[in-house]
Amino acid sequence: MSESATLPTLADALALGLTRSEYELVCAKQGRPPNQVELAMYSLLWSEHCAYKHSKKLLRTLPTEGEHVVMGPGENAGAVDVGGGLVCAFKVESHNHPSAVEPFQGAATGVGGILRDIFAIGARPIAVLDSLRFGEPGGATGARARYLLDGAVSGIGHYGNSIGVPTVGGEVYFEAPYEHNCLVNAMALGLAPRSQLVRSAAAGPGNLLVLFGASTGRDGIGGASVLASAELGAEGEGSPDKRPTVQVGDPFEEKKLLECSLELLQRGLLVALQDLGAAGLTSSASEMASKGGVGIDLDVASVPLRELDMEPFEIMVSESQERMLCVVEPTRLQGVLEVCAKWEVGAAAIGAVTDTGLMRVLRDGEPVGEMPVRALVDDCPLYDLAPQPPAEQIYPPPRATLARDATLAQALLALLGSPNIASRRPLFEQYDAIVQSRTVRRPESADAAVLALPDGSALAVSIDGNGRRVAADPYRGTVAAVLECASNLACVGAEPLGTTNNLNFGNPEKPHIAWQLAESVRGLGDACRALAAPIVGGNVSLYNEGATGPIYPTPVIGMVGSLPDARRAGRLGFARAGQRIALVGSFTPSLAAAELAKLRGEPLPQELPEPDVAGASAAQQAVRDAVRAGALASAHDIAEGGLAVALAESCLAGGLGARVELEGSAEDVLAELFGEGCGGFLVSGPDAALDELGGRVPVLAIGTVGGEALRIARPGAAAEPLLELELEQLAATHAEGLVELFP
Amino acid sequence: MKFGVLQFPGSCDEVDALAAARRVGDAELIWHGQRDLGGADAIIVPGGFSYGDYLRAGAIARFSAAMESVIEFADAGGLVLGICNGFQVLCEARLLPGALLPNANLRFTFRQVHLEVVAGETPFTCACPPGAMLSIPVKHSFGRYYADAATLQRIERSGQVVLRYGAGENFNGSLHDIAGVCNERGNVFGLMPHPEHAVEELIGGSSDGLLIFQSMRLAVEGARV
Amino acid sequence: MLIRPKAGILDPQGAAVQRALPALGFAGVENVHVGRLVELDVEDAAQLEAMCEKLLANPLVEDYEIILPE
Repeated sequence: MSESATLPTLADALALGLTRSEYELVCAKQGRPPNQVELAMYSLLWSEHCAYKHSKKLLRTLPTEGEHVVMGPGENAGAVDVGGGLVCAFKVESHNHPSAVEPFQGAATGVGGILRDIFAIGARPIAVLDSLRFGEPGGATGARARYLLDGAVSGIGHYGNSIGVPTVGGEVYFEAPYEHNCLVNAMALGLAPRSQLVRSAAAGPGNLLVLFGASTGRDGIGGASVLASAELGAEGEGSPDKRPTVQVGDPFEEKKLLECSLELLQRGLLVALQDLGAAGLTSSASEMASKGGVGIDLDVASVPLRELDMEPFEIMVSESQERMLCVVEPTRLQGVLEVCAKWEVGAAAIGAVTDTGLMRVLRDGEPVGEMPVRALVDDCPLYDLAPQPPAEQIYPPPRATLARDATLAQALLALLGSPNIASRRPLFEQYDAIVQSRTVRRPESADAAVLALPDGSALAVSIDGNGRRVAADPYRGTVAAVLECASNLACVGAEPLGTTNNLNFGNPEKPHIAWQLAESVRGLGDACRALAAPIVGGNVSLYNEGATGPIYPTPVIGMVGSLPDARRAGRLGFARAGQRIALVGSFTPSLAAAELAKLRGEPLPQELPEPDVAGASAAQQAVRDAVRAGALASAHDIAEGGLAVALAESCLAGGLGARVELEGSAEDVLAELFGEGCGGFLVSGPDAALDELGGRVPVLAIGTVGGEALRIARPGAAAEPLLELELEQLAATHAEGLVELFP
Repeated sequence: MKFGVLQFPGSCDEVDALAAARRVGDAELIWHGQRDLGGADAIIVPGGFSYGDYLRAGAIARFSAAMESVIEFADAGGLVLGICNGFQVLCEARLLPGALLPNANLRFTFRQVHLEVVAGETPFTCACPPGAMLSIPVKHSFGRYYADAATLQRIERSGQVVLRYGAGENFNGSLHDIAGVCNERGNVFGLMPHPEHAVEELIGGSSDGLLIFQSMRLAVEGARV
Repeated sequence: MLIRPKAGILDPQGAAVQRALPALGFAGVENVHVGRLVELDVEDAAQLEAMCEKLLANPLVEDYEIILPE
């Protein structure tokens, strides 16, 4: 083994993010101090991002099995059976820190990465959704939020549109705690014949390791640069510039890579397939070896490079985009290279599977690193959290933007025009939502996106989260987020098949953050169990905090469901004047942590009301069945802004007004109109349909579709309505809310 | 009736164009590297991002082997439909007048638009009811139609302007609200909107796009008679 | 080669940059146009003009300028 000129020290290990005891454990596993290549690889694989040191024990408590699950957590993506011999692969991932550095490329490469996870298991990507969170966008202080929003949306559009995968849904929220730590979570779905699903376990000693896709450069190496200066001696001139931290994505390259990968799989040329994401070759090769219980020999001199003079550790650590790794029987190598040549995708055999159980890195045949695979991948220490509820409120109250004496009409307009509720059209018009010709429900026409399948059935998908509510009450807030996601599916007539989640939290070594994380995971598990929507995969992003404090704890939930007849997919807009409007479900609205409370600058409450999971689930099933039967004209989940906002949204989507009567008292009118909670639906349809629904779940008729205004009043001939706003005014306020954020 | 749909590295909507064409006749994909057009009666150059839109949209695709054959096919009178990126390719190849520039609003924009059929007798619009407004989606970054003043005057006079954006719908700044043009002979047609995404109500909210494919079939079958 | 939008053609990218500069405190800026730079090494410089005409620029809407190193 060639000895590096200088062996890295403990100080280098600490600079790379390992703790002292982790470094000592590495030395013990190696039987000696690690060299430069080895330390670089351990420091990445044992990082929080790759090893989930602080979350893995918690994640093991989540439900992962169910009748539709075909592939659970642990592979590149999860998959559920959708009938007709097809499976739907899906997953959500985050790219928070890179997006804060460079939002366009950070968001773009986030989309690129999640798409690769989908076709790495053999599925053709058919849709993308994104969940974005930034600081408050208004005024001078909002300049950074606007910059990040604009960049991220452009980046997502650029990548998704160029590669030909529709972006069919998503969400965006603006809250002060995200100002210095934005969240960019990208979810993707894919379709595959069940027989084409492929796993990533390397197998067959003697089989070849082939790297294909883009050439390898210095993208994403930044953090490991401390090692390089040790090797180069004194600071080389311009050496910091040689190691860019930003990964740059090329969707055109990935489109070729996608077609190439799918053709390789269709032709049965591959033993295993894995994409290269965080930590590049290091994690891909090591994880393939670990899953297969084998070893790998890898020669960095065979890796096609984009830059000259890259050192072995740089090649192993590079995060250059649009690359895949596969295992190929030697007799099939020629076939693989031919398919790659057809798609103009670079390919090279860079190593082989062995039975040594070792990860060996060579340069031109000379060993430069040797590590037991198990030590690298499986023996990373896992930590228990030390959760402790916070002694006092962590988050400052939001800044008030609505006067406490505002009228009900002013409150509704303020909510409709607020960044968290206003029309997202300025965003989603930057996305191609229809390529591949499957999209049955486009953004803003229904509560979930709906994609047609060849047999006439359809998939529905929604992505939801609410950091502020989880901050108020991590357990109940997370349960509410899962319920909301399932309610959105119910509104289009879909039954949940499976769930993916991205947990975005602060520093878990702090007891109050550990508490948020533990309680949130507990809520996630309980809710998914109650709804029979198991977790098939997901992602964790920790340490999202800075000098100004942590983000709101933000579990982002992605759920996929199915409905038997695409033509019966539900819509959220009122459809016909004269039809009855009804409130469905045992809905107990509360202003605790509601959007109205935020606009009024109220501090977070100590807790949220207990969600009625059974009641919400029953209402979901009843609404779902009614939508499937074609009985309802519209169905809309009551979420941010409460009943009044839901009414306004259904009016605007349908281009029809509504006359609504609500019984209630003066003291409770704010909660009645703007209070939030789980399990409430706003539907419209013929009387007979609503009567039948009322036989299963609580249904309260509240009004009639029609007219040019939204009018809400108390029953009886009392003179003044609670509020009455012309559709035109509602439409203008709703449409303009986000327009100025995209000059 | 057989359609040939070109496929370049980076094409996205070729699959959609294929499916749309198959509602009207037979259709198959033509790989960019092959010169053989497979006996197609009409060629579709589809939407997408051929060659990543590198250099200029369509600038590289126009030089492919398949496009060489398409140019010969067009010169001989064959029907050629260019959609979005396909329109850009046909302009770069000088089969159609003008050029497509960045949208005036500088952003990729996806929305449903209404198109006025200005020239209803072309092989691409003959199936459209007279005076029809077509509801068809657009999705592009480089859709602003430009031609110099002399060219604009010429094509207006000679009936080469086939489609215009409806009132208030020209977001990309196309001169004269032009959404689609044909060549002098009338056998080559390019448009920025995507008719292949408006072939059934369930998916497209409109089946107006199908009229363009149906027109082409009528034209081909009429020519045979 | 420097490739520019032809004079007289709407250049929204140039216009956007021209609007943004004063907001950042840079006054007195006019006539902003945004184009493209193509750099290459070539054995025969006589081919450059044909390259521009045929591929690198679209002469309908762009002007180009060939710059050779001293």
